[in-house]
Amino acid sequence: MRVLYFAWLRQKVGIAEEEVAPPAEVRDVAGLIRWLAARSSGHAAAFADPRQVRAAVNQDFATPDQPVAANDEVAFFPPVTGG
Amino acid sequence: MARILVQDAAFDLAAETAAVTAGRVDVGGVASFLGVCRGDDGLAALVLEHYPGMTERAISRIAEQAEARWPLTACTIIHRTGRILPGEPIVLVLTASSHRAAALESCAFLIDWLKTGAPFWKREEFASGDHRWVAAKAEDDEAAARWTGAA
Repeated sequence: MRVLYFAWLRQKVGIAEEEVAPPAEVRDVAGLIRWLAARSSGHAAAFADPRQVRAAVNQDFATPDQPVAANDEVAFFPPVTGG
Repeated sequence: MARILVQDAAFDLAAETAAVTAGRVDVGGVASFLGVCRGDDGLAALVLEHYPGMTERAISRIAEQAEARWPLTACTIIHRTGRILPGEPIVLVLTASSHRAAALESCAFLIDWLKTGAPFWKREEFASGDHRWVAAKAEDDEAAARWTGAA
């Protein structure tokens, strides 16, 4: 699974992307966040307030209950501020 | 088919406007929105980051919705990324139609949705050397939401 981080989540995690192999019990976006948050203090800081975190699965916006699978591209980022 | 560009480079509003009427006589109105970087509170620059791939995909979907809802003869969306200085343009939405209402309404729809539905993030750089990520605004969500519901 490829995980990408943008904006201040990238700065807190300290990397823009990583390949991860979460265990089978990680089934959805919310589960992936809990699992990633335990990987390092940077990850923990990035995911400290889940209300400020948005996600995309395979480049579509995703809700916390969206399923995730081994070959997915999952991105985490703050609420968008373009335009 | 919308013309969608995500680029660091500046763009030419006059050339983009001319392009949507060139060689055709069925266009009755062209509406445009040009978003410009303000220099509030000692802002030195905005740095715009995006999610390459998803950005183009998200903007294409928003443009398809506009084209399905209004009879447009052209739709151009250009969003800059990278470092943008106060006074410089950030984003252009240009819509053309046989009649003004479709051009004006679709232009407003597109910029409202671009603010909430495309993966861009702005970071402010100040003359003091401070940096700050721009927080999303509730009023932007409300502006986009007014397009759902009664059509």
